[in-house]
Formats: sequence, structure tokens, C-alpha cells
Amino acid sequence: MKSLAELQAIRDRARAQVDLREKSDDNIRVLVGMATCGIAAGARPVMLAFVDEVAKRQLKNVTVTQTGCIGICQYEPVVEVVAPGKEKVTYVKMTPEKALRVVNDHLVNGNVVTEYTIGANS
Amino acid sequence: MYRSNVLVCGGTGCTSSNSEQIIERLREEIKAKGLEKEVNVVRTGCFGLCALGPIMIVYPEGSFYSMVTPDDVPEIVEEHLLKGRIVTRLLYQETVVDDRTVKSLNHTPFYEKQMRIALRNCGVINPEVIDEYIAQDGYQALGKVLTEMTPQEVIDCILKSGLRGRGGAGFPTGRKWSFAAANQADQKYVCCNADEGDPGAFMDRSVLEGDPHSVIEAMAIAGYAIGATQGYIYIRAEYPIAVQRLKIAIGQAREYGLLGKNIFDSGFDFDIDIRLGAGAFVCGEETALMTSIEGKRGEPRVRPPFPAVKGLFGKPTVLNNVETYANIPQIILKGPEWFSSIGTEKSKGTKVFALGGKIKHTGLVEVPMGTTLREIVEEIGGGVPNGHTFKAAQTGGPSGGCIPAEHLDVPIDYDNLIAIGSMMGSGGLIVMDDTTCMVDIAKFFLEFTVDESCGKCTPCRVGTRRLLEILEKITSGNGTLEDIDRLEKLCHYIKENALCGLGQTAPNPVLSTLRYFRDEYIAHVTDKVCPAGACKALTNYYILEDQCRGCTLCARNCPVGAISGTVKKPHVIDRSKCIKCGACMEKCRFGAIVKK
Repeated sequence: MKSLAELQAIRDRARAQVDLREKSDDNIRVLVGMATCGIAAGARPVMLAFVDEVAKRQLKNVTVTQTGCIGICQYEPVVEVVAPGKEKVTYVKMTPEKALRVVNDHLVNGNVVTEYTIGANS
Repeated sequence: MYRSNVLVCGGTGCTSSNSEQIIERLREEIKAKGLEKEVNVVRTGCFGLCALGPIMIVYPEGSFYSMVTPDDVPEIVEEHLLKGRIVTRLLYQETVVDDRTVKSLNHTPFYEKQMRIALRNCGVINPEVIDEYIAQDGYQALGKVLTEMTPQEVIDCILKSGLRGRGGAGFPTGRKWSFAAANQADQKYVCCNADEGDPGAFMDRSVLEGDPHSVIEAMAIAGYAIGATQGYIYIRAEYPIAVQRLKIAIGQAREYGLLGKNIFDSGFDFDIDIRLGAGAFVCGEETALMTSIEGKRGEPRVRPPFPAVKGLFGKPTVLNNVETYANIPQIILKGPEWFSSIGTEKSKGTKVFALGGKIKHTGLVEVPMGTTLREIVEEIGGGVPNGHTFKAAQTGGPSGGCIPAEHLDVPIDYDNLIAIGSMMGSGGLIVMDDTTCMVDIAKFFLEFTVDESCGKCTPCRVGTRRLLEILEKITSGNGTLEDIDRLEKLCHYIKENALCGLGQTAPNPVLSTLRYFRDEYIAHVTDKVCPAGACKALTNYYILEDQCRGCTLCARNCPVGAISGTVKKPHVIDRSKCIKCGACMEKCRFGAIVKK
């Protein structure tokens, strides 16, 4: 170890993993439906896309987590975005590509991607 | 990138209740479900809530699973990790809110009043991965010290923080460092006292198991401050997990160039070696510890000269306790003002206590100095279980004393504890209830010191044995009032004449129980009864004739056949045969058996 900058680089690299170990109630929560129906419809790649993109953009205020079946199995994979103080947004028939756009438009810029929501698809 | 972290406690407590198998099983199940790239299994240090171990926390949800068995693992993987459904039956009940959501651990009574500085990484990081320590600002303090501060500035910072030694005596750490720095020598040493020997204390072990790098970093900082290039950690071989993690940590620090030559390109060299002790209590005394590191028999010597003048191998030496070191990096990073804003006027910062004995939440807690014993016992510790009442708490182990219920509201710090006849000690806190006999407790600690006395000086070698003999006489019902006076006199004599801290403090358990519970001693010698019913020689079991239904259950359970009687007729206990095991009283369904 020759400099503080070197230490800093290791710190930044390792930070993302350890950050996950804090439970903050103020975070935006992304809930991916991962019951049997969700998994069968392809929820796993969707969730991983969220996890990777959130980490890549270093979004500290977002928690990606799983949830069970919410009862609209024909619309799986279902993803809910819960921001503190705002109404819950439910996205349906998600894909990894759609996930990237939700991260960019909704999580980063605060614009709900209306065309993916349950309202636009039922 | 993992989406989920599963933290499993790998401290000694949870390891002894199968957390290793849980981790193994987790890895197998996760692999079988194809989740090994998504879920990270982390073996951490102690979470503190040892009573509920083995403990597992799953993030990002923050679900706190308690008393997990290896057989619970498939369900956790299938339900929680694969399908996202939290296994509610295994959740720590305090974290479950009425609306079925899970609240953060920090808001449960056990954690809410705690403030974690020394333990801040325990149960959070994997102690065997240096990157995780660095992620938590690890080695930043060492970097700051070596690149921005002079040795004198480091000492001033520690002085100003008000940090006092956490090993028990409470000597100001900064003063110790400044003495060693002021002495010129071709070689100086930094030592760490990890020879934690008090019965019931496991704070230092938990820090080393959960966050070994914090101690390594602090020792390097101390080395820079006093001008030492070599450090030794003296740890007992009875702490295999801590030793193993220390070895791994030292290896990783060397690999990263955080130990070794020219650290941070500053020209400062520092390295650390481990020395294993055989678990002798006296080796926790600083001069005995250093004699032992030198390869000789671990016996204390007269002070002065103090270690800061003539320590290890006759060179100036700084010796601090594990918990003291664990505070140092945080003080450097956050500043002495931050640290001195916590605690009481003369005792700054926090203190870690190992809670044990008759208390609901056995475990490890860290609280700001000045927290009252009541808060620790009743709020954090969950109180005395099984409907019994609090009688006293014992702090400071064999060197300390007991705190009776009347002092429950005294804010705990170094000076207050001494004023009420106990001491901070290293941090063991053993809670006793109405079934504990105080004479018996004093006897227990004396048995320990008699065993552990090194034998070098007569007051300790012979004196403690005589104390024990008097206590044995009292608890067996043969004591007299004169014995109590002799006991007290001998205590003061040993205190004044013993060579080292072990002997000087050995009478403390007797003196403090005499101070607060003299009536119990008197009851033993004049009435020949043990009020708590703990001393076997003074206790007898009786069957109440009018309550006994003659069910024969007691007679069938008596291991020595001391109970006789016919069916549906009152039974009797033959006192000449009775071994006072209490099995009959436990089995009786009618409360017909009493102990008095």
C-alpha cells in the first residue's frame, strides 16, 4: 500500500457489497415477484438486471428485494416500485430490457414508465 | 454483483451451537438451487444476542432469524432466497411488527440503547476478508496518521479524546503512549493484551473474532506514535477461532503492505506477531504478560519500572487491551471531540459488557459510559427470567465486586463503580437473582484466584487459600462470628501486601459481598441457614405432610432412594441418605416439597 488513493480504490470497490447490509426505511424499494409463477415467467433475469444496474449506477437509495405472489399471475413477472411518500407503481410483464428503462426513467429521474404499468396493460 | 447477503454468526457462541454446519448446508442448498452467483454467504463475528444463537440475518430485507438449526436451512433457501417469502416462524419476535412487516434490528430493545464503536463491525463484515474492513473505512485512520499527522499529534489526539484503558484499571491511554514516546531507545514495542481471563467475560474474544483488523490498525498507529516497529499480540490458545482469524488478518495486511516496510510510502515500518498464552489468569497482568512473551514463566514483577520505561525485553513498551485498541481508529477518523462527547465527565466513550448469569438476553452489549445498570439489565438484557428478582450484579470478575439492587440506578463509569466497591474490570457482568448465595459467589471467585495465583508472593499464595478455607467453613455451617472478622482482616492484609494486581484485588469479591450482604454471612454462622438455599450443607428438603398426595413420583425419581412411603400416604425424606439434588422438588406436581 503506497498511497491513500490506492486504499480508496479498494474501499470503493468493496463498498457496494457491504452497503447491502444496511436496512434503511427511507429507501425506494423495488419488489420483484418471485413466487413459482414469477420465476416460471422469467422473474429471475429481471431481478438480476435490476440488481446489476442499481449497483452499476451506485444508487444508494434503492433496495432491490424479492416478494411473493401478489395474485395477478397472468401478468408476471411483476415488479412493484415503492417510494416513500408516493403511491406504489406496479409494472407487469417485465423483461431485463424493460428493467433497465425503469431504472433510468423511474428510479433515477422520477418519471414513471406508464406504458409498462398494470394500468396500461389490462 | 450479489443481490442478497446472508450473514451467519461465526463467533464462538454460535459456532458451538452448529453455525458451521448451517453455513455448509446453506452453501449446498444455494448451489443446488443455482443461486450461488446471486446470494453471498458471509460468516461474520458476534452479533451480541448470544442467547438466541445461532443467528442469521438476510439482507436486503434485514430479516433476523434466531435459533436456526441446520434443518431449517432448506426452508430458508427455498422460501426466502428463492421465492422471497420470509420465514416468519424463525424471526426474532421483537423484530416482527403487528402489520407483519419486519422492523430494523436497531429498533429492538436489545439494540436500541446500544452504541457500537468497538463492536461496530462485529456481525457486519466478514472478518476473514480485508476488503470488507476497508469498505467500512478500515485502514483510513492509519493512512491519515502516516500521511498527515506527526507522532505527537497522534498522542495529543488520543489524550484529548479522554480514552481510558478498557482492560479494567482505566489508565488514560494517551498518557501511557506519551510516557513510552518520551523514552529514547533503539527499539520499542507495542503489545496487545488479549489474555482475557475473567470468568464470564468474552468481549475481547468477540472483537478479535469479528473485527481483527481494527486491532491491527490501532497497533500500527500506536507504533507510529511511540516510535516502535514491532508489535506482539498476546492471546490465549483457548481462543482458537480468534487466533485463526488474527493470523489470516495479519497475513492479508502484510500482503496489502499495511504491515511491513515503508507503509503508505511514509518510511514507517511495522509488523505484528502473535504469542500464544497457555491461559493463565496472571498473564493478564502486564508485567507477567511481557515476561511470558519473553519466553519465561509468566510471573509478575515489581513496578516501577513501568513498561513505558522498561517493558518487553527491557525496552519501552505500550501495552493496551483489545477493546482499547478497537476504539483508536474511530477516534482518529472522527476526532477526539466526537469521542469525548460520549460518556460521562471522567469516563469517555462506550464500554462493552458481556452479559451473563440470570438474565434473559445473554450476550454482548456496548453502551455509552454513564448508562445505568438498570437500563442494561432490565431494558437491554430483558430482565431476570423465570419470575425471580434481581439481587446483585457482579462486575470485574475475580477482581471486582457486586452491585446490589439499591445501586441499580448508578450511572456506570470507572469512578462510580469504585465508589460503590466494585470496579469496571474488563467488562464481565454477571447477574444474580434471589437463588444465588452471596457467600457462595465469593467462594467461587476465591476458588478461581487460589487456582490462578502464580505463587510468587506469600500474601497471595497463602492468603487466598486461607480466605477460601474460612469461606468453606462458613458455607458448610461450621463458621463463627469471629471467622467473619478474621476473614475481613485478612482481606485487607492481602490487599495491601500482594505483589501484583491479581493478589491485590483477589479479596474484592469477599469485601464487597461483606459490605452489602453481611446479613447473609451472619445467617450462615449464627442461624446455620443459607437464605438463598444454595449452600447444600445448610439446606434440607422436606415434604409437607398436608400437601403430599402420596403419588410416589418423588420416590421414583430420587436417585439415591432416600424417599419412602406408601401410595396415597404422605412420603418422608431420609436426611441421612439425601444428597440434596432437588430432583424430587422439581418433579412434585403439588408443591409439597420445600427447601429450607
